Amino acid sequence: MPERILDVKNLKIDFHTYAGEVKAIRDVSFHLNQGETLAIVGESGSGKSVTTRSIIGLLAKNAKVMGGEINFHGQNLLDLSEKEWQKIRGNEIAMIFQDPMTSLDPTMKIGQQIAEPLIKHKGVSKKEAWAKALEMMKAVGIPNAEERINQYPHQFSGGMRQRIVIAIALICEPEILLADEPTTALDVTVQAEILDLMKDLQKRVKTSIIFITHDLGVVAGMADRVAVMYAGEFLEYGTVDDIFYNPQHPYTWGLINSMPTLESQKLEAIPGTPPDLLDPPKGDPFAPRNAYAMKIDIERKPPFFKLSDTHYAATWLLAPGAPKVEPPAEIQRRWAKFKAMQ
Amino acid sequence: MAEKKALLQVKHLKQYFKNGRQLTKAVDDVSFDIYEGETFGLVGESGSGKTTTGRSILQLYHPTSGEIIFDGKDVAKMKSRSDQLAFRRQAQMIFQDPYASLNPRMTVEDIIAEGLDIHGLVKNKEERRQRVEELLETVGLNKNHASRFPHEFSGGQRQRIGIARALAVKPKFIVADEPISALDVSIQAQVVNLMIDLQKEKGLTYLFIAHDLSMVKFISDRIGVMHFGKLLEVGPADDVYDRPLHDYTKSLISAVPIPDPEIERNRHRISYDAREEFDGKKRTMHEIRPGHFVRCSDDEVAHYEAIAQSYE
Repeated sequence: MPERILDVKNLKIDFHTYAGEVKAIRDVSFHLNQGETLAIVGESGSGKSVTTRSIIGLLAKNAKVMGGEINFHGQNLLDLSEKEWQKIRGNEIAMIFQDPMTSLDPTMKIGQQIAEPLIKHKGVSKKEAWAKALEMMKAVGIPNAEERINQYPHQFSGGMRQRIVIAIALICEPEILLADEPTTALDVTVQAEILDLMKDLQKRVKTSIIFITHDLGVVAGMADRVAVMYAGEFLEYGTVDDIFYNPQHPYTWGLINSMPTLESQKLEAIPGTPPDLLDPPKGDPFAPRNAYAMKIDIERKPPFFKLSDTHYAATWLLAPGAPKVEPPAEIQRRWAKFKAMQ
Repeated sequence: MAEKKALLQVKHLKQYFKNGRQLTKAVDDVSFDIYEGETFGLVGESGSGKTTTGRSILQLYHPTSGEIIFDGKDVAKMKSRSDQLAFRRQAQMIFQDPYASLNPRMTVEDIIAEGLDIHGLVKNKEERRQRVEELLETVGLNKNHASRFPHEFSGGQRQRIGIARALAVKPKFIVADEPISALDVSIQAQVVNLMIDLQKEKGLTYLFIAHDLSMVKFISDRIGVMHFGKLLEVGPADDVYDRPLHDYTKSLISAVPIPDPEIERNRHRISYDAREEFDGKKRTMHEIRPGHFVRCSDDEVAHYEAIAQSYE
């Protein structure tokens, strides 16, 4: 059994807004194994960013944790004071944000920005930290590092800036790296380079990664395990092969099916829009958009049904005695592949 | 292929921008045709000039040189106001950012009907209202939404409003500049399907600009690949995607993530060295296979023909 480095239990987070309480995270539990990459996929507003922000103590002021635990090294991160957070953030748990254009300080030399966490957390001297920063810049593939260490963020392209952000996040060799859509703002070729770099560095630094994205292609290449999030809940989770070749929740089917494949003539769009979390649905949150929904989906929330030791899905279709449904052709093709792989 | 009519011809389009003393060649000698009723996909990375090309075609910039011939007429030589208005009615645009492209102070009805008013296409308020309601239903929105403001809609719904606005004046040709990249995956498919349905129904011609190659391949009949302001390769969508000729196209395709773990585990990325574009050789478009062009010098033709052969 791999060691669990992070254990999130029954997390519930509300946002206070003028319109009322938005129930952004509704009873989410998961864990992160040592050295793995867990991808959380979902649409905007599904709560994937809020979940990660709660793990690094960066929730917005109007957010309120309504319950649950985030256990890391025997302590519940939700109990920490801001002072205690500052010892962990950027040190044991670090984060890469989506937009490399806004996550760097425009008035600071990049060498200084990369060295800062070392000086702050590890008590390293300025000179030594500068040398380490230079080393890190080379490791993330910034050419002419000796010269560029004295430059400012505006002198770098988007891809190079994201490399700098990664250098800052990894300089203290964190145990957990949170990556919130780290390549969404980048071109495909640059994205491919950054993803390769992250995989490479993960092996070297032995960090565990929580990777947030809505791009299933990126997930297929990066993740060891995948969790599918919708309307503040997890609907399905498993290994990357479980999710891509043996998906069970109709929402996962819909996500996979809405991407163009080589044979598709028409895209199978998921109709409708996600529910309003001011007044979250009682049953399966995907039921109103789900062509396979049964009466019970609207009335009662499905529990997680176990498919294997790694694979769980919250859909009534897996309940004993549930009617057999025929999933879309693309999903059947994937199921056949999964069977052949066993 | 021969009997197809070119609705739009772009000939040696150059669009330079002066930035202080620096001259930026955003689009540099680009030529292509778009046939009536087809979707032409233009792909490239940020800074490749694909958006500028789209905007220059619609005369949102004044091209430095080159011709844009729409329906047999040179757009730049249209001097009379009525000719210009007629062109702008027939050629419309759908923008990338559904949040920035709708005026937050206007109701949906006024946004959609603005073109109708400018071109005098409706006679009275009653007709205007009716037309807007029709358009809303065409793009899959509720007709009662006409009196609402943009902030009351989600991203996908806003993009539908943008499409309704473009359709209002019954155009022949629409430039869609990254119309889905700001949307979620499940909503992207909805908008793409809507665009395809509308094309079939109304016989529209699209210039679809995007960086998402898999989506471009899906929606386009033909694809053009741009890099550093130059068009490097043009051809039928399947040819360009499955049998790419130019090294840059190959690198671009090899970088597209595929939602299949097994394919991803065996991915081989092809890197591209852009220096060959700057070796001073004179390059023009050469037809290597029927309808499939690549930008190369005369002595490189044999090299590309060999690549094309290897796919047979």
